[in-house]
Amino acid sequence: MSALLQPAPPTPAKVSLWRLFRQERGGMVGLGVLGGFVVMAVLASVLVDDSALDVTANVMNPELAPPSPQFWLGTDENGRSVLALVVKGSQVSLLVGLAATAISIAIGTLVGIASGHFRNWFGGLLERLTDWFLVIPFLPLAIVLATVLGHSLLNVIAVIGVTSWPATARLVRAQTLTVEARPFVERARALGGGDWHVMSRHVLPNVMPLVMANTTLTVAVAILSETTLSFLGLGDPFAISWGSMLEGAFVSGAISRGAWWYLLPPGLCVVAVVLAFTLIGRALETALNPRLRER
Amino acid sequence: MVGEPLLELRDLHVTYPSLQGPVRAVRGVDLTVRAGTVVGLAGESGCGKSTLASTVLRMQAPSAQVSGEVLVDGEDVMTMRWGRLRAVRWAEASMVFQGALHSLNPVRRIGQQIAEPITLHEPKTTARAAALRAGELLERVGLPANRARSYPHQLSGGQRQRVMIAMALACSPRLLVADEPTTALDVMVQAQVLDLLTGLVRDLDLGLLLISHDLSVLGTTCDRVAVMYAGRIVEEAPARAVFADARHPYGKALSAAFPTIGDPASRRAPRGLAGDPPFPGALPVGCSFEPRCPSAIGACSSTDPQLLPAGPDRQAACLRVAADGSWLSPEPTRQETP
Repeated sequence: MSALLQPAPPTPAKVSLWRLFRQERGGMVGLGVLGGFVVMAVLASVLVDDSALDVTANVMNPELAPPSPQFWLGTDENGRSVLALVVKGSQVSLLVGLAATAISIAIGTLVGIASGHFRNWFGGLLERLTDWFLVIPFLPLAIVLATVLGHSLLNVIAVIGVTSWPATARLVRAQTLTVEARPFVERARALGGGDWHVMSRHVLPNVMPLVMANTTLTVAVAILSETTLSFLGLGDPFAISWGSMLEGAFVSGAISRGAWWYLLPPGLCVVAVVLAFTLIGRALETALNPRLRER
Repeated sequence: MVGEPLLELRDLHVTYPSLQGPVRAVRGVDLTVRAGTVVGLAGESGCGKSTLASTVLRMQAPSAQVSGEVLVDGEDVMTMRWGRLRAVRWAEASMVFQGALHSLNPVRRIGQQIAEPITLHEPKTTARAAALRAGELLERVGLPANRARSYPHQLSGGQRQRVMIAMALACSPRLLVADEPTTALDVMVQAQVLDLLTGLVRDLDLGLLLISHDLSVLGTTCDRVAVMYAGRIVEEAPARAVFADARHPYGKALSAAFPTIGDPASRRAPRGLAGDPPFPGALPVGCSFEPRCPSAIGACSSTDPQLLPAGPDRQAACLRVAADGSWLSPEPTRQETP
């Protein structure tokens, strides 16, 4: 009986997850890179003067000039500093990436849990809805939605959010099915718990680790989607993002004029951020899944 | 028999449809659990014990067909409306589940889980009050209240089973159904958990239906024991009587399977029961125990025996047991090998 009287050992789950995550070198590199970009986005308004981004204020500067001591990454077709644009662009790219992911994950988790929980016509309906969104090619749907809704940052977020949730829903549904088969769900029903109680108190906490790992991967996709939509001219024409910079470079003929300094920085930034999120996602997955950890 | 009946099963049948035809898991069971008493339900795996237990809170599989009455405090659970059923679940009757580890959510603290039925049934309870109640319940089952902050994997098997009992008591139900509460626990812990349960029955005037395949567990904790075989009760008697002096051949075989400590004869010649229980989808025509029965007679293969009085305060379902409990000996048609 003496064992019963000992106080509970203080081992909260969060501490051990961080410890496991820290062992993943890739994840730590991703976290470092991402941290750098977040600092850059937060300080963008301080680092970059608004006049540096104004098209009319920079007409005196050389157009598409190569990197020089004055313009470290050269200038664009309007004579603006590419470095200033890249720093400013990180704001929109990260904002859209995170906001669209929040929408996508929220819808995906809700639909996934509900379609796994309700094993009747309602669950079937949700699953068909997921299938329907899954088979529609993303780009045409996003282009149509962005055109119909109009060009604004909020619409870009909404379009990416409502088109990228089906994969999450599928994943969450599968996990919900395995959680629902476990005895504590039966116990929760036996003690009078209804559908909402079972879903919110028992299924959600158990699918949460999967959702977290999936979130980081979805952010990467969302940032790429924002770049794609902006490149196609469907983004907010007044907001500077990495995607709109690439569009500008393409339209102004930077490629044929060999202005690599205009194309490469935004492109590499997208790659770096997407890679960082992917690395974090992979590391989280490994830290959360004991079977992957034992390699 | 003192208290009022808390659980009454009347002619309960449960049938599962299957590809091989209907599987009759429970076939006409009558059972009463009164306040302040422990009723044991014994039987081999697959005899319908857990199916019977699941009907008490209408937790049987959706495909199961149930007929007969399950009266909890006089109300039939089977015909209850959904809202009323949810109110009855846990507030009037609760369950202690078989595998404590799997019946606890691994990612939530046990205090939250014990408070779960409280917040569900009394929505006005504040989180603070519910946490306080959870702590009291933990102390009631012999665990320190600060254990509420632990996760299930941080507890031992016995502690987890205590948590399940605390959870079962959360809404002060009158009736408790414990389905194999001590399976997978070692003997010392098993005794502690059983002591705890019987103590609660005594102190809180509960009715307890204790289900186990272990006759020694039932013999020491129960007031009455019902022995099930192939979906039916074949013997029902005071606990001591079943263990020491069973009337039905199956009850005899079960109690004989335990060696008597200090008796060299039982050690050298352990007795068991050959064969397996019949598949409930294909039961024999007559007595379902007849194929394995060492004392079967000709009539056994054609007549299905009913549960009839077999001596004072006890019943058995066997053609060879007389109403006063004595053993009838007609000419055995089967040659008993010496």
